[in-house]
Amino acid sequence: MTLTEKPGTAGTADAVVPDSAAAALGRERSSAGFVVRRFLRHRMAVAGLVIVALMVLTAALAPLLAPHDPNQIFGSFEAAPSADHLLGTDAVGRDVLSRLIYGARVSMSVGVGAVAVYVLIGVLFGLLAGYYGRWVDSVIMRITDVFMSFPYFMVILILVSILGPSLLTIIVVIGFLAWPMIARLVRGSVLSIKQTDYVQAGVALGYSTPRILFRHILPNALSPIIVNATFGVAQAIILESGLSFLGMGVRPPAASWGNMLSEAQSITVLSSQPWIWIPPGLMILLAVLSINFVGDGLRDSLESRSYT
Amino acid sequence: MTTTPALLQVGNLKTEFRTDQGTVTAVDEVSFRLAAGETLCLVGESGSGKSVTALSIMGLLADNGRVAHGSILFEDQDLVTLPERQLRGIRGNSIAMIFQEPMTSLNPVLTIGDQLSETVILHLGLSRAQARERVIELLAKVGIPRPEEIVDDYPHRLSGGMRQRAMIAMALSCAPKLIIADEPTTALDVTIQAQILKLIRDLSAETGTAMILITHDLGVVAEMADRVAVMYAGQVVEEADVFTLFDEPKHPYTIALMRSVPHISTPAGDRLASISGSVPSLLQMPTGCRFHERCPHAMDRCRDDRPELLQLSGQNRHTVRCWLYDDAAQPGTTDAKVLA
Repeated sequence: MTLTEKPGTAGTADAVVPDSAAAALGRERSSAGFVVRRFLRHRMAVAGLVIVALMVLTAALAPLLAPHDPNQIFGSFEAAPSADHLLGTDAVGRDVLSRLIYGARVSMSVGVGAVAVYVLIGVLFGLLAGYYGRWVDSVIMRITDVFMSFPYFMVILILVSILGPSLLTIIVVIGFLAWPMIARLVRGSVLSIKQTDYVQAGVALGYSTPRILFRHILPNALSPIIVNATFGVAQAIILESGLSFLGMGVRPPAASWGNMLSEAQSITVLSSQPWIWIPPGLMILLAVLSINFVGDGLRDSLESRSYT
Repeated sequence: MTTTPALLQVGNLKTEFRTDQGTVTAVDEVSFRLAAGETLCLVGESGSGKSVTALSIMGLLADNGRVAHGSILFEDQDLVTLPERQLRGIRGNSIAMIFQEPMTSLNPVLTIGDQLSETVILHLGLSRAQARERVIELLAKVGIPRPEEIVDDYPHRLSGGMRQRAMIAMALSCAPKLIIADEPTTALDVTIQAQILKLIRDLSAETGTAMILITHDLGVVAEMADRVAVMYAGQVVEEADVFTLFDEPKHPYTIALMRSVPHISTPAGDRLASISGSVPSLLQMPTGCRFHERCPHAMDRCRDDRPELLQLSGQNRHTVRCWLYDDAAQPGTTDAKVLA
């Protein structure tokens, strides 16, 4: 090999030639912009996102939106929908629409809260197990094995009955039981990411382990975590509804879609008063479906990302 | 040369890896010294221990590897025994490394500016704004056009050559005393290779940075090196300054290597010489001299006795690991020219 170049001309020939992937992105500078564009192409996901956003907004603005106090008891109980009570009243005479709006708060906070708790725990354990390997990995993975062999719903029922049913209990219990999935997911990503040259380069540049873990490895493992967490929100909402339906969730008189549904346990309500149980049922369905669409959209847009 | 104090002194380094088949020694009895500003090339075939030597110096061995014994003195600190905390202060700051694969050596989710400024903020304590300025300056220095735009770009927007330039900028960012470049041009196009090598050579000359350049390309060695250490099967078999090595190679392996490279005067149609046999497996090292099975001059003692690294008399720091030169007291009886 010979160096035929004149001094000072080093470094122009290979300069401004973008590779094919970069060319395909056009002027897109950031990968975030790329992800957003792919997501927007997914119509169902966009529709889902709009619905979820509306639900979050409803939950946040419940006192302004609800026509009545959700716990106020009106004289006319089990009344069919009317101008005064758009979705009628329930067995004790409370406004169903108002309860439905306040119920969104419960579902949204359980969904987001529980997922936040278990993503935090799962990510931390996953990072440690994947990065340190050896006995740290073995110990953490055996713990996840134990957790994953629990009959999930039974353990939640038992824990809730010990701790006493409340919103916080549900969040904490789901949060502490559901982290192993995320931990395994993160561990898998870390195992492959820690072999990459840029992590090696980071160590060679003298970065501390926490810096490498959280700044260099975690952002690269984020896509599957986000997707998994999104589906997790939907699952947590279903779980809360189920628990509340069984009376192990949010305690009456506080409104939740689950405990509103439980009124349908009575055959008269089920057969002749559909305004009491169809709206909360539909809301659960709509919320879970929308979130799942968002998850699908995120998966398609995040995980097909290619950098090279 | 001999009077300058050593910047890096590797003494009798032995690096082992635990594998399912048992412990293998990837690097054995490796010694060399490097003065400030000097460029040492480590040359050898794949698996000869070049990269493992470099990783041992950086303390970047995989989980199953360890330095079994020996010392790596960098400015009189032994990197082998230095605690991890202090090592971190040296890595990236006093010793930097340029990797082989520019396509994968940059983090895809951080901008070029983020990655380069991280190092100078950490080691030099610059503020964000100062760091950004320094990064733009560095990018311009390594020949990246429009540095004030590129600084905000993600790595996927850059070509391989550009990324390697960015890696070089990162390695240079804290003005290290030693740069270890592990085959920095192997993954690049031939035209880019020349540019990158020239860039590395110019910048290290300008800043007075010492360098360990790992390569298997003798052309690169001739262009870049002050001194050369030839490695075979985990050992240094010959070390000399670059002119001596090319003019008077002593070790049969070095001689064979030289002959296996096409030369401008090689008549067209001639076959290139090749070295018969292959590099011995790390699990089944031959006794005696590790090269004896492939050596045209092997003697009985080569099969049984391990040769030491011998200082050739009358030569300036020219060492060779070969029994042919054992009676160095009478130079001339074993003339390398005769062997070749």
